[in-house]
Amino acid sequence: MANFFSNIAGWINERAPSMMPVYRKHMTEYYAPKNFNFWYYFGVLAMVVLVNQIVTGIFLTMFYKPGAATAFDSVEYIMRDVEWGWLIRYMHSTGASMFFLVIYLHMFRGLLYGSYKKPRELVWLLGMLIFLALMAEGFLGYVLPWGNMSFWGAKVIISLFGAIPWIGDTLVQWIMGDYNPADATLNRFFALHVVALPLVLLLLVVLHIFALHEVGSNNPDGVEIKKKKDARGIPLDGIPFHPYYTLHDLVGIGFFLIICAFIIFYQPTVGGWFIEYDNFIPANNLVTPAEIKPVWYFTPFYAILRVIPSKGLGVFALAASIILLFLVPWLDRGAVKSIRYRGRGYKIALALFTITFVLFGAIGAGKSSEWIPEIFGPTADVSGIEMHFGWLLLAIYFGFFLFLWVYTYFGYEKTKPVPERVTTHD
Amino acid sequence: MTESTRTKIKMIMSHIAAKAVACGFFAVVTMVAASVASAEEGGAMQSAQTNVSNIVSLQRGARTYFNYCSGCHSIKYMNYARLATDLQLSEAEVLKSFAFTGARIGDQVVTNMPAEGSQQWFGKTPPDLSLEARAKSPDWIYNYLRSFYVDPTSTVGWNNTVFPNASMPNPLWELQGVQTAHMAPAKAGEDAHVEKLVVTSPGKQSPTEFDETVRDLTAFLQYVGEPAALQRASVGVWVILFLVVFTFLAWLLKHEYWKDVH
Repeated sequence: MANFFSNIAGWINERAPSMMPVYRKHMTEYYAPKNFNFWYYFGVLAMVVLVNQIVTGIFLTMFYKPGAATAFDSVEYIMRDVEWGWLIRYMHSTGASMFFLVIYLHMFRGLLYGSYKKPRELVWLLGMLIFLALMAEGFLGYVLPWGNMSFWGAKVIISLFGAIPWIGDTLVQWIMGDYNPADATLNRFFALHVVALPLVLLLLVVLHIFALHEVGSNNPDGVEIKKKKDARGIPLDGIPFHPYYTLHDLVGIGFFLIICAFIIFYQPTVGGWFIEYDNFIPANNLVTPAEIKPVWYFTPFYAILRVIPSKGLGVFALAASIILLFLVPWLDRGAVKSIRYRGRGYKIALALFTITFVLFGAIGAGKSSEWIPEIFGPTADVSGIEMHFGWLLLAIYFGFFLFLWVYTYFGYEKTKPVPERVTTHD
Repeated sequence: MTESTRTKIKMIMSHIAAKAVACGFFAVVTMVAASVASAEEGGAMQSAQTNVSNIVSLQRGARTYFNYCSGCHSIKYMNYARLATDLQLSEAEVLKSFAFTGARIGDQVVTNMPAEGSQQWFGKTPPDLSLEARAKSPDWIYNYLRSFYVDPTSTVGWNNTVFPNASMPNPLWELQGVQTAHMAPAKAGEDAHVEKLVVTSPGKQSPTEFDETVRDLTAFLQYVGEPAALQRASVGVWVILFLVVFTFLAWLLKHEYWKDVH
């Protein structure tokens, strides 16, 4: 048997001699730092979810019928009459949320260990583009079941383009192909969701990984392992990605799948967080849901819109909140990468930034109308308090980027000495 | 203790802490989400305490549904054959006890009441209930059906504390009896509101029996909302067991390979 496989490998090698070196470059001779910790699972987990989304998505398209009159019914058809349809659909809906969860943790890892810093700026930029494409993909997919929250969510999000001066209103109609989200909107969103954006995402993911493999992975110590090599030119602190990290990641994937299975089989809506209750009501342009809110993964950004009364300013701040993330590699001038050796200021700033992001998430999800009366009494002015508290959070969110630049550009950061070699490993 | 051992210990400690925090993150996200959401729906509501895996409860609920609800409401995403399979009844039994509309076994469960007529009679066509339990939650249905009271000022003669001014009369009045509202006097800044509901003329069932009836009916609607729920839990156990074994084996393999990483 082993002979059979090596014969096949030999046969291919004769005809495409450059394929084996590619495999070696990215797998068996890609030297990754041996000290990866918990935070380094999320890249591979994002890949696993991407594959899941594509595979389950293909099966869903076999039964889903785009169209304002057919979409909602076809989703229920999948849930009830298609053999294992419910499983495929829950794997896809859970996958969507888990995708954002692992991507947020993956990005947070980048901020923790300075993975965006020279020479990895391009890796970060490509990653940010993936995040943008993912947001578009998530939004488009959310519209497809054509529930009432799909409809109203689409209406609100598309109307944001109306804030663009001069062309806004025309642009909104051009996107929808109608005066409201309607049949035309649903069909084009379907095309974009199942063909256009998956292609873009796949291309970006390949580029992201190629760019990473050019410069090599960062690690929790922020040490460049390529600086210390042995006689054969192999980094002293590096180990081949395959088999070491493939097996290491397999354990992480196993844990991750167990968590996903719990959600899929026992709590598929996660109490209305992964699948919103209002989306079990068919789209109806005459009945507005009690509260229009996006799924949890958009709520931090939606909160920025919520706490800024002016629509134009809100959309501007929303765009800025994402554009600034692109610029992090140039805002942060500090030489030390890992939070382990960075100054106290950065640690506090990152903690505040993270808390702010989570609190924005709660505001975007409409938690203020529950929490504010609980804290300030039943007569409290919910929207007023939310707005003023929101401004404080806005100041922290945007302040983080300003602080990052001032702190590092003017040399206020008091860093600790970075070790020569990596310090710990599993 | 030397400086280097101290840093090393500190490093290991923070390493462990980071791991624990991160592991907890997943668990907390799911748990908080679930509990917050249930608290949100809860409020003053009582928990429906339904059990969809109790087939007998679903059968009782189906009987109540077809006797008291199906005259006006459809559950169009269900068909009679599926009901027979899932509720462990024969097709003949389902046709005899449920299909009052003269439907055949493969037909969808739809009401015979004309939509235009019901629009005139109630001011609103009674909605399809296929996904009611998923859109409003089982607790909502359970509390709604127990909260009707006589209100001569309303069009249909009934009102409801869970869904004020609902255009639906109490379909279960003959089981529950007739409830009357005790109004709390209007205070400054707020309207008079219903303080509590009292059964003034008893029905066929005692309050406890009636709660059971509504619980079964709610469970039935919960099943109708997601028939896959019957399968989900039983399949899930095996999937998770498989994944646990798989992950353990993967860990053993990883452990073996990583022995030469120093």
